[in-house]
Amino acid sequence: MATFLEMSGISKRFGGVHALRDVDLTLEVGEVHCLVGENGSGKSTLIKIISGVEAPERGGRIAISGTEYPKLNPVRSTHCGIQVIYQDLSLFPNLNVAENIAMAHHLGGLRRVDWPAMRATATAAMAKVGVELDPEAKVSDLSIAGRQLVAICRALAADAKLLIMDEPTASLTRHEVDALIKLVSELKRTGICIVFVSHRLDEVLEIAERVTVLRDGMKVGTFPADTIDNRKLSHLMTGKAFDYPVQVRGVAASPVVLEVEGLGRDGDYHDVSFRLRAGEIVGLTGLLGSGRTELALSLFGMNPPDRGTITLEGRRIALNTNAEAMDMGIAYVSEDRLTLGLILDQSITSNITLTVLGRLADAFGLIRARARQMHVARWVAELAIKVSNPENPVKTLSGGNQQRVVLAKWMATSPRVLILDGPTVGVDISAKDGIYEIIQRLAREGIAVLMISDEIPEVLYHSHRVLVMRQGCLTTDVLAEHTSDEELRRAVNA
Amino acid sequence: MLIVILMICVNLGVANGQFLTVQNLFDLLTSYAFVGILALGLLVVLIAGGIDISFTATASVAQYVALAVANAYGANWFIVFAIAIGVGGTLGAINAILIQKLRIPSIIVSVATLNIFYGLLIFFTGGKYIYSLPDWFATGIFWLEFEWGKDTSYGVNLQILALAACFLVTWLLLNRTNIGRQIYAMGGNADAARRLGFHIFGLNMLVYCYMGVMAGVASLVQAQLAQSVAPTVLVGKELDVVAAVVLGGASLMGGVGTVGGTFLGLALLAILQNGLILLGVSSYWSPFFVGLVILISVSATAWSQRERRTRRARP
Repeated sequence: MATFLEMSGISKRFGGVHALRDVDLTLEVGEVHCLVGENGSGKSTLIKIISGVEAPERGGRIAISGTEYPKLNPVRSTHCGIQVIYQDLSLFPNLNVAENIAMAHHLGGLRRVDWPAMRATATAAMAKVGVELDPEAKVSDLSIAGRQLVAICRALAADAKLLIMDEPTASLTRHEVDALIKLVSELKRTGICIVFVSHRLDEVLEIAERVTVLRDGMKVGTFPADTIDNRKLSHLMTGKAFDYPVQVRGVAASPVVLEVEGLGRDGDYHDVSFRLRAGEIVGLTGLLGSGRTELALSLFGMNPPDRGTITLEGRRIALNTNAEAMDMGIAYVSEDRLTLGLILDQSITSNITLTVLGRLADAFGLIRARARQMHVARWVAELAIKVSNPENPVKTLSGGNQQRVVLAKWMATSPRVLILDGPTVGVDISAKDGIYEIIQRLAREGIAVLMISDEIPEVLYHSHRVLVMRQGCLTTDVLAEHTSDEELRRAVNA
Repeated sequence: MLIVILMICVNLGVANGQFLTVQNLFDLLTSYAFVGILALGLLVVLIAGGIDISFTATASVAQYVALAVANAYGANWFIVFAIAIGVGGTLGAINAILIQKLRIPSIIVSVATLNIFYGLLIFFTGGKYIYSLPDWFATGIFWLEFEWGKDTSYGVNLQILALAACFLVTWLLLNRTNIGRQIYAMGGNADAARRLGFHIFGLNMLVYCYMGVMAGVASLVQAQLAQSVAPTVLVGKELDVVAAVVLGGASLMGGVGTVGGTFLGLALLAILQNGLILLGVSSYWSPFFVGLVILISVSATAWSQRERRTRRARP
């Protein structure tokens, strides 16, 4: 195989912090190469150096197809056939498919727009990828997967020889991921080198031929994908061993906190029945669109069911708003931490106290500053949130600590039922570990936890009981010790 | 929206025989040319993802400078337009530079420059009107004159000519040039535009200068119609212009809007205001109805978009 890109001795500092230290990387023509590492391990910096956005420090060597470059700039790297598809895809939602694909070719000033040529460029690129999209369709009308295809077509229209995809599967369903993986292997056959950056280790191992692991700005190594497995990969990324046993715990005797009987909502889910016991962690998994999030929202009063009953501690309840649910001791931590769970620009203090403002107020309805401080100090200590100053905006925290702030906000309402939707999405492996610990501690304190997740290992190893939903029905309800990864996977995808 | 406009027109035509006369339509076009030309400039700025509300001050300055020079040194059509466009373009460029270099939101910059431009103008002129305009300017331009009724004659006048020319140029710019498509793209996703290597500063410069140029043209159109230069009457008309563009479907979030839509928005605004007067409704009610129509029309658009999205989400 020929080498497309070879870099060595690449270092980069931002301020005094080493983002990359003496990293080397070789990419072969027509290979699928995965780049993994925790947040802050230097993945994005490395991509920026390859795409020419950032220049490496002196002493680094970059060679593309045998030609040496002291450093790259965006124009030169594009010229060499390097294309990056960022996580946000960088499309123009208000323009049509053809324009999005061909825009870079038509940057001339006041010249007339050459619509036929644009359409031809777009159609040719789509033919290469083997997709059919209406060139006239507006990009904002496409699904996320469709938009991703447009971004891939745009890269190919720019004559990509190296295609870097940053977290391409983050917002795709399992079927769409499969389609993408198929597409990637077809592209590879045409001699394009593909670099895949992903958090999801399962996918990485499925798709890659070689995996390069970064940790703290340094390269741990490059490994053929068939020599490593999920566990080894997490070990390489974090330097810690994570070996989770299946949770076994006798909670059968503890009282039932929440009971759902024949719950149904047209178009979302039907005839769902299950029980949550005090101190129990129940994992709920299923494909996107299987009705799991809709069910969770119903339990939180935001998506009232059409039929069936919900019983909380022996009392039948009707939940029509989330304020009612909160009053009754149900808390819901949404999946989308950034847009639904936190007010990013506001301080950690304001975020944590948001759910309990009423309790912190005095007789006149004014917030007592002292009570507020104590409240925040208590939860920061309780959940071990790493903060330098609680008055800093939440967005200055890492993903794991942000998730702890969300948890603190909800724990402060002293719930009896805690619903967690994707509690570790976008959180590093080592930070994930801390969150699992918190969840287990909360359960030990007697809270019933319903944990919703895409990742089968997550529900298998961190819950006592596992529920699987498929097409709106609850198909599996099994103790974690009585099932396996394989069996759950079948239940989810059947 | 076309249907709504036609319906209003038919109703008004039935209710008041005067509405659908050629005379009234010509009058409407003439008197809304000022708002229309400004609306086209603002449309381009909105599509690019910015906003500019300093254009009335820009127009006041351009108008005053151009006609004061014409009065003092003598000039012709070409020269007054060149001066007005030059002044407008320069003030637009100042906006663009401030927005780009200081990285302040465009609305704040243009609120500030509105006051600065206007304040300087009032200070240096003392707010004095210019009543005596050059004869050739006061006479204006008439093409294709024809008699209507006994002693009124109509034709393609300066206002209609300028309005039509501005519509044509703006349409060509936005739809037929690469720059136009880049303006749409930049308004849709500025980060992506930067990554693709667009010349962001140049594009913004062009957009805000274009707004300034439109303000310059509009200012002369207005001065010719009013037969005077009044430094104090233009500022305050910003919201009519914003109303026309937003009614025409342009989004304040950028990336969305069409010249055709702006024409319809302008037409709706004009017909509404004119129709109310013809129906004998007190002119004090006019702002109320304009507000009402904006609210209804914009929420109808938002509502239909949401409908479409939910239908797509659940096939």
